[in-house]
Amino acid sequence: MDLAIRTENLGRVYKIRGGKKTEPKSLTALQDVNLEVKSGELFGLLGPNGAGKTTLIKILTTLLAPTTGKAWVSGFDAVQDPDKVRPRINMVSGGESSGYGLLTVRENLWMFSQFYGLSSAVANQRIRELLDVVGLADRINTKSSDLSTGLRQKMNIVRGFLTDPDVLFLDEPTLGLDVGASREVRRFIRSWVDDDPTRTIMLTTHYMVEADELCDRVAIINSGRVLACDTPANLKHRLQQEAIFRIEVNPLNGKDTQMFEALPGVRNVSHTEQDGSSVLEFILENDDVVGSVVNTLTHGNLHILNLQKREPTLEDVFVDLVGRSMDEVERTQEEEGA
Amino acid sequence: MATTLPAEPRMQSTAAPRFSKVSGWKLFIKTIGARAYPRVIGAQREKSWMFFEIFLPLLAVSAYVFVYRAIQAPEEYIGFVIVGGAMTAFWMNILWSMSSQLYWEKETGNLALYIMAPNSMMAILLGMAFGGLFMTSVRALVIFVVGSWLFQVQYQVTNFWQLILVFSLTMIALYGMGMMSASVFLLLSREAWHISNLAQEPVYLMSGFYFPVKSLGFLTSLAASIIPLTLGLDALRQLAFPSGSELGFLPVRIEIGILIVLSIVFLVVARWLLAYMEKLAIREGRLTESRR
Repeated sequence: MDLAIRTENLGRVYKIRGGKKTEPKSLTALQDVNLEVKSGELFGLLGPNGAGKTTLIKILTTLLAPTTGKAWVSGFDAVQDPDKVRPRINMVSGGESSGYGLLTVRENLWMFSQFYGLSSAVANQRIRELLDVVGLADRINTKSSDLSTGLRQKMNIVRGFLTDPDVLFLDEPTLGLDVGASREVRRFIRSWVDDDPTRTIMLTTHYMVEADELCDRVAIINSGRVLACDTPANLKHRLQQEAIFRIEVNPLNGKDTQMFEALPGVRNVSHTEQDGSSVLEFILENDDVVGSVVNTLTHGNLHILNLQKREPTLEDVFVDLVGRSMDEVERTQEEEGA
Repeated sequence: MATTLPAEPRMQSTAAPRFSKVSGWKLFIKTIGARAYPRVIGAQREKSWMFFEIFLPLLAVSAYVFVYRAIQAPEEYIGFVIVGGAMTAFWMNILWSMSSQLYWEKETGNLALYIMAPNSMMAILLGMAFGGLFMTSVRALVIFVVGSWLFQVQYQVTNFWQLILVFSLTMIALYGMGMMSASVFLLLSREAWHISNLAQEPVYLMSGFYFPVKSLGFLTSLAASIIPLTLGLDALRQLAFPSGSELGFLPVRIEIGILIVLSIVFLVVARWLLAYMEKLAIREGRLTESRR
């Protein structure tokens, strides 16, 4: 088995500078991460914002040193041998605004290709081919400052693939893209890996569908720790024994979901607000438990607007592992940050 | 050196390149050219710099000329002001387009891409320098020609080749200094803006942009000589005006010697400092995140 990426007890603690009178705080962004990504694999890191995904990518792309542990990319130590790692990798981040607005799309891409040593002829040919693939060929001579956010992100994606790296890191690559463009980009990402078994992609996302559709294997990450790592099918299979129900009710109006969590057979419940209603997602030990859930709803004067049983998703796996949905985790982080 | 790993699992061996990529000095040259490109092309597409960087400095130059004429200063002083005014373009370029530039590159995400690429940061900075030097030379030349024509300045070059040598050495030392300070800016956040502002006007004064630096006294002039423009300007004035040597700070040959030393020291220190600061920024997590 060839490994493209390997980490061993990888950790990173940030020191956050406070004001003049306050002591610097420590923030553990990554803790004891042990991963092995095979060559030719499309590997996903799935987790909410602030989970540590970008920190891990920064370490693997030689932009950040870990505080503990080790990391190897393409067989070389990312900390000790960055000069060996760099020619073999590239990275694209969602929402990045790299390049220069005064340069055209072609000029920006050509400039970045030169930093990797491509000849101008090869670079220009590949720029045309890749722009065609992402549907940006007609904007080749447009100044990048005149591109919309979505088109700019397509240009960034081309930049990452232009140098044909052995290992490509995609950090939320479809951020800012519309549904159609995201689908096209996903299709291209998948075909790029499938075309050559020496190519590897590590992709971070907080879109469940993206991880589910695209990735050969997914690591679920939260609070800097890898909670599970397997194929999307195997991860979902963990919940095959359980029953998953989505129940839409009239607004909870401040009532919490603890009354459901206390019920025997309820593994997890998450709650999101929609237009004029509340959506409760239950992971139950079996179908029979739904009766007591419905009873509790009725006693709580909550009217059921919709009730569905559905197949498990990666979101359910996340809820099962963390106890809360990704939205809830992100909301809590925002509240704590505020 | 590749890290030795356990026999199983095996790390990916180096894949055969799917198309050729150059490395070593060829990559170094390519990087310089590629990073110089936005500077050269950008100046042609965005013409507003002509107003800010030619017209406004000409106003400042004119003000000094009128003051010197009003107090009936020697006519060489007018020429000194024109030469100094032209050279301000280079100091502005060092401050705003080299040193603090890395802060802006960090904000846009370019810096991370530069560091992550297999090129050398020295090549990136040289690219910035050459791109900037080309455009700044055009600006300086316009200020010099227009200023000389407007105020009828007479030049009498005593040694043309020395003049070229002094200018070249001044540029090498100055841009070496720019690269050195750029490495410090790798660690900085918004304070980069204030530091650049802080270094602008005081250097105009200390380096004698609008008057012979000798007027500041020996010790102050000596201290100011750490900025290559001080000695460069002084030597250029001595070589371009008949009475320049009387108003000069040090003999031209000594100034050339010091400029050679400064060029070597600044370039060597810049290379070392850049590597050190990059490692430090990676360790502290400051390459991509300015808040921490």
